[in-house]
Amino acid sequence: MSRMVVLTGNHAVAYAAKLARVDIVAAYPITPQTSIVEKIAELIESGDMDAVMINVESEHSALAVCYGSAIAGARVLTATSSHGLLYMHEWVHWAARARIPLVMAVTTRTIGTPWNIWPDHSDFMDQRDAGWIMGFAADNQEVLDMVIQGFKISEDPRVYLPVMIGLEGFILGHTATPVELPGQKIIDEWLGPRRQGFLVDGREPVAIGNLAWPEDTEEIFMDLQKSMREALTVIQEVDREYSKIVGREYGGSVQCIRCSDAKYLAVSMGAWSGDLIEAINNLREEGYPVGVLRIRFYRPFPHSEVWKYSRGVKGVIVFDRAISFGAWGQIYTDLVASMHIYTSKLPFITDVIAGIGGVNITYSDFYELVKNFIDRIERDEEPPRFTWYHKRR
Amino acid sequence: MYSRKSPLPYKMRDVVLPGDAACPGCPIPIAWKVLGAVFGEKMILVIPACCSSVVVGPYPYSSIKASVVHVAFASAAAVASGIAEALERRGITDVYVVAWAGDGGTADIGMASLSGAAERNHNIIYIMYDNEAYMNTGIQRSSATPYGAWTTTTPIIGKTEHKKDVAKIMIAHGIPYVATASIGYPHDLYAKLERAKSIHGFKFIHLHAPCPVGWRFDPRYTIKVAKLAVETGMWILYEYYDGKLRISGPSKPFIDSKRRKPIEEYLKLQGRFRKITPEKVEEIRKYVDENWRWVKLLS
Repeated sequence: MSRMVVLTGNHAVAYAAKLARVDIVAAYPITPQTSIVEKIAELIESGDMDAVMINVESEHSALAVCYGSAIAGARVLTATSSHGLLYMHEWVHWAARARIPLVMAVTTRTIGTPWNIWPDHSDFMDQRDAGWIMGFAADNQEVLDMVIQGFKISEDPRVYLPVMIGLEGFILGHTATPVELPGQKIIDEWLGPRRQGFLVDGREPVAIGNLAWPEDTEEIFMDLQKSMREALTVIQEVDREYSKIVGREYGGSVQCIRCSDAKYLAVSMGAWSGDLIEAINNLREEGYPVGVLRIRFYRPFPHSEVWKYSRGVKGVIVFDRAISFGAWGQIYTDLVASMHIYTSKLPFITDVIAGIGGVNITYSDFYELVKNFIDRIERDEEPPRFTWYHKRR
Repeated sequence: MYSRKSPLPYKMRDVVLPGDAACPGCPIPIAWKVLGAVFGEKMILVIPACCSSVVVGPYPYSSIKASVVHVAFASAAAVASGIAEALERRGITDVYVVAWAGDGGTADIGMASLSGAAERNHNIIYIMYDNEAYMNTGIQRSSATPYGAWTTTTPIIGKTEHKKDVAKIMIAHGIPYVATASIGYPHDLYAKLERAKSIHGFKFIHLHAPCPVGWRFDPRYTIKVAKLAVETGMWILYEYYDGKLRISGPSKPFIDSKRRKPIEEYLKLQGRFRKITPEKVEEIRKYVDENWRWVKLLS
């Protein structure tokens, strides 16, 4: 039976790991991820969770240990953040290119220097090109649901890729809200035993990762790209199936809020989407025909879903909480490219970089930014294509 | 126990197949045959970036008829730990996880993950095959390169520091089993692997492996050079377990320094020591004496 509990986002990751019957957790402590590993350790030591905890000496080894356990047939989870994620980056690529199912929670935090523990999406976005399925939750309930869904997606034979789940440090990681825990039995039945393309457990000789010639290597990566396309379908299916057993449907790769009849779209990802939705609700009351398109899965990029909702709109305002220095925000770049697959006549699209280094962006910031964007277009003024929205305390 | 007479089981060719990509005279397949004799197909070799990643041969072939997991450079010990824990959890007890890493992958870039895995005492056998430089990338110096040796990154004056003694570091970790070995003494290596196989927990073997290409000697002399390292006392074979160091059979005659061959005999066969000065040879001699003093202290 399901039950309501009050959990931080980090603890939601731990309970999701328990519900997914993770065999092995290998992790290293880093702020603001630490309470994930602390909670899992507590669940294991108290006998509530049947799993092995390996307290490794670095994040590089955290993912390496997880990789070893996964290829030998264990369901594994790790969690990290910021510099830890950067330190394990070599393994982020390795795990995906080897097609190993596993789930990693990323409690996001900006990257130094200077030292700063506040959240943005720069650590998460830095993993963009590594071949992972990348989800980003907007509240603690979704954190729990997405980690469980993550295992299902990761272990789908059409996918067989690792899954990364982002959640903002502190904003979700350390903030407790009510979360519904699904019953163990329904999750057991739905997830089933762990699946993987092959096992390295010594029963028969298997070689993985051998030196490969360029053409063979390229074919392996082409297959990964093909699986990414498949994953778009799998993510939708998994979300629909999950909604049938727990009663919560998010919309697959994207969540659309009031955008079926919208003439303007505001695009976002992560916890601040809550403030944005609030702003949009008020703007709607004032007669602004605007909706929110929330990116739930950033990789594979949901290009067809984006087109489905952006087709025919007059303007799109994208909120990026990370930047590719010298270029633009990553969501903006991907959104423009993916819309261009479908049309050469793009609507007004503007990129707002904000909340970098943990700068707090509130409901009223979103309200003003979206309102100004729409007002300018309605006055036939050209809105700026790129804004770094900065404010001081 | 070590026995000079016991023949190696001949099944070693069942695992190490002909047609690998090793250079002539390479010590790696020599050692693998001994591993094959001990573990058969019930072995998962975890190999980080090193010569061995190439020696097994390119995809879709493999010259090893056992499981091989290639991993990122610094991670042999970590991945092996993960595999061992998963096997344990799944109740698989007849498969042996062997991390097989070079000196660079162990003494340099892999040191932290090795130390971490040893401290956590995972049930694996870690073998550092020590060819005393980064041979796969073209003979660059590692921390395990001996004093005075030429490498492509110590090209004119030779290495100015002594070899990092990884076995000593591993003894300090308090793990259940540490040994040194040499590809020149396969029976001794066989006996050590058999002992390691019988012990639960972290086992470390530091395997001396002369490389004809990097050390600049004729490929036919691989075994000769390996034996000379032991006979001159440059390389000491021992096991450390239950709190005690035991000098192994092949090294026993050389406890007495008078019975050791002059270290020049070892050095002169190798082009990497071609320009070494008498002062530097003297410095190596002091280092050898100090090693023996330490080994005797613990035995």
